[in-house]
Amino acid sequence: MSEQLPTLKDALALGLTEAEYDLVCEKQGSPPNQVELAMYSLLWSEHCAYKHSKKLLVTLPTEGPAVVMGPGENAGAVDVGDGLICAFKVESHNHPSAVEPFQGAATGVGGILRDIFAIGARPIAILDSLRFGDIEESERSRYLLEHAVAGIGHYGNSIGVPTVGGEVYFEAAYEKNCLVNAMALGLGPREQLMRSAAAGVGNVVLIYGASTGRDGIGGASVLASAELGEGDDDKRPTVQVGDPFEEKKLMECSLELLELGLIVSLQDLGAAGLTSSACEMASKGEVGIDIDVRKVPLREADMEPFEIMVSESQERMLCVIEPKDVEAVRAICDKWEVSSAAIGEVTDTRLMRIYSDDELVGEMPVEALVDDCPIYDLAPQKPEEQLYDAPPVRLDASAGFGDALVALVGSPNISSRRPLFEQYDPIVQSRTVRRPEQADAAVLILPNGSALAASIDGNGRRVAADPYRGTLGVVLECASNLACVGAQPLGTTNNLNFGNPEKPHVAWQLTEAVRAIADACTALEAPIVGGNVSLYNEGASGPIYPTPVIGMVGLLPDASRAGRLGFVEEGETIALVGPFKPSLAASELSKLRGEPLPDGLPDIDIEAVRAAQIAVRDAVREGLIDSAHDIAEGGVAVALAECALAASLGASVTIDDNGDAWQALFGEAPGGFIVCGHATAIAQFSERTDLTVIGKVTGSELRIEAGSALIEVGLDELRTSHRALEELFQ
Amino acid sequence: MKTGILRFPGSCDEVDAQLAAGLVGEAVLLWHGDRDLQDVDAVIVPGGFSYGDYLRAGAIARFSPVMESVVEFAGDGGIVLGICNGFQVLCEAGLLPGALLPNANRRFTFRQVELEVVEPDTAFTSACPAGEMLSIPAKHGSGRYYADEPTLDRLEADGQVVLRYRPEQNFNGSLREIAGVRNAAGNVFGLMPHPEHAVDALTGSTDGLRIFESMHEAVEGARV
Repeated sequence: MSEQLPTLKDALALGLTEAEYDLVCEKQGSPPNQVELAMYSLLWSEHCAYKHSKKLLVTLPTEGPAVVMGPGENAGAVDVGDGLICAFKVESHNHPSAVEPFQGAATGVGGILRDIFAIGARPIAILDSLRFGDIEESERSRYLLEHAVAGIGHYGNSIGVPTVGGEVYFEAAYEKNCLVNAMALGLGPREQLMRSAAAGVGNVVLIYGASTGRDGIGGASVLASAELGEGDDDKRPTVQVGDPFEEKKLMECSLELLELGLIVSLQDLGAAGLTSSACEMASKGEVGIDIDVRKVPLREADMEPFEIMVSESQERMLCVIEPKDVEAVRAICDKWEVSSAAIGEVTDTRLMRIYSDDELVGEMPVEALVDDCPIYDLAPQKPEEQLYDAPPVRLDASAGFGDALVALVGSPNISSRRPLFEQYDPIVQSRTVRRPEQADAAVLILPNGSALAASIDGNGRRVAADPYRGTLGVVLECASNLACVGAQPLGTTNNLNFGNPEKPHVAWQLTEAVRAIADACTALEAPIVGGNVSLYNEGASGPIYPTPVIGMVGLLPDASRAGRLGFVEEGETIALVGPFKPSLAASELSKLRGEPLPDGLPDIDIEAVRAAQIAVRDAVREGLIDSAHDIAEGGVAVALAECALAASLGASVTIDDNGDAWQALFGEAPGGFIVCGHATAIAQFSERTDLTVIGKVTGSELRIEAGSALIEVGLDELRTSHRALEELFQ
Repeated sequence: MKTGILRFPGSCDEVDAQLAAGLVGEAVLLWHGDRDLQDVDAVIVPGGFSYGDYLRAGAIARFSPVMESVVEFAGDGGIVLGICNGFQVLCEAGLLPGALLPNANRRFTFRQVELEVVEPDTAFTSACPAGEMLSIPAKHGSGRYYADEPTLDRLEADGQVVLRYRPEQNFNGSLREIAGVRNAAGNVFGLMPHPEHAVDALTGSTDGLRIFESMHEAVEGARV
């Protein structure tokens, strides 16, 4: 080749370190050319190589009786009976969304859906987890919220996959770096499960879907693996642009190809495009792959070979097929109006060889690309002092108990998400048994009458206060949500959203959080089947709150018995179940009061929480109790308000104040449930689990007594406050 | 009764419609590129985003080969139901009067809505008692029914307004609260809400089933 070779300076600009560049030269036996350097820089990025998190991730439990496919494939999968599997995974699209929220969020959904159908499952549900800055202060955060929600809806609605659940929180720590995590579930026959390992020397490598353009070049290395800073608007060209119609055709086409058994292995093109997909397939299959970039369908004819290899154009898939099937595969692609092209071949060389027509423009050992990236040790250290500023005071110190409840119910983190989820189609595909705000988890009926339940959770503020116990709380809350609809956890997915892991305090947050996920998932028998890591989430003002987002999928035997959160009938008995020990530490109330984060949270008895979850789950399954709701942000008082608002039924309740009414009413902790049922049923329930009868469903106001404290608020006032977010979407 | 449900690239609710129509008879999918309607007794143009809804919702689907056959089928008096995107397609194809504009709130909106059955004696509502309310989900970005004033007057006078949104339910801003209209001959009907998503108490309500039962009555009655 006549071109000048790139230099160390170019390597640094692409995100490699000097030592890494030297190692690339050593592996190659000479300095890499432009194509090779581009491919190494992507595959050796944090986003692809997990070089700062791999050593932690291997400590997570990944095996269990239901697990059919664990981490390492496009998505994980669990057995749900009758020969069916549920595939699921959560992924982030944080930095693209911070730069261009509509397309960033939309393509985040597109990417996770491709992961699901790449393993042979039809996507059946989307959930999302969002974090933005303080929307009461920040116009930019309101803009990001509005456009990210519109982007998620645009993609999910148009492709015909229901968005059935999710969560959103607003904290100043996300002002410069919002989080957009999307989780998807898929359903498919177990025998159709597809892996991505390329196989069969001489087999054809075929790309199908959208043509390849210059969008998203360098997304994985430049955008996803570095901190955000000034001038990020210039990075807009690194954000991909999504087309849900193209993906809808791609999905139907892929599922038809899989059903016909025409595919040997399949992989979607996501971060790092063709580079990542082809190398991963070759690495897993222990083979080599030759690719001719001139055979790739292009949007712009004059694209350079390296651009074709690193483009992150959306809605593309790469498959390995037998030569005899090329015509049949292309015929199915034509039927769905999806373009396709045979671009390469599986070889026994264990080399990635990139050709431009007959010219060899890049040659790299697969092992060097995929396995030889240096893996770094973290240097975790607990910071000496609090990293995060105290929030602004939003609730006057003189406010009474009733005022505090109304303020909490209307606070951005607790108020109704209706203005958001109303922009999503939650019912397409006819499986949705529980819609948003009807229950603590989404419930989707299966063909045999059983049902899947899914929940996604995170609580950055509590994790910031105590990375270990805060994260335990997140995993436990996910399982509690499943228990409230009657589901037993089958498996877990996680998205680790953290700051720069090269900084000791972030390394400490990350290490502690992963330790907690491992402990909780082991205790709950809900192994990790896949996930994602998003690091470098920080700007000039510091890191985001450490935000492990947990997605959990469970099964309940009878969809018609799925639990709901709202009270059901006037006169029913209300009880508090579980080892609930409320504390105001890092609570929503303390946030509204402007209190700084505490150093540490109270201890959690995981086994006791699990026992309560099992008790609630069984009672829901038997139809013994009529409603169940996990006590979370805002404590008992807010949980009662949510049960009342969901049903438009009031309640009269008396709880023990244990010497501190504020703490009893608004304190938070894992392991508490509000349930309701007929008096005899609750009495029966009390024979097998510790519960406290606290009152009755009655009237049209919420009346709560705790020691000398008394709250009396009409449902209308609560409802008006609960609708606070509507103002943003007028 | 055999119902054919059209399938365009970008259709989303065709399988849901097939499930619903399957509750009152046989239901098959009809590919957009085929002109053969397979001797069906009724056609459903389903919801979704046919051809990505590029240009304008429903604007491209009307030119598909299968729609040529549907226009002919409707001309011969065949029963045709358009749901959501299908309603948009039928308006674009000229089988139904009026047009569907972007929602007044300019957002895709999902909501369970209450509908009033204005005309109970149609091929699509005969199973509904007069004045009955139906609770059916709606989900769309362009559902604001529009026609000029003389057309609206004529539709009302001729009994072509079949369903109306109840007070406070008309989130998309449809003129005169119109949720569903039929053609003058009465064999073609379109509505924005999704009756196929209201056929099972477990996943919502069963009120939408009346629409399919009515179609069954119309078809089987015609055969007798």
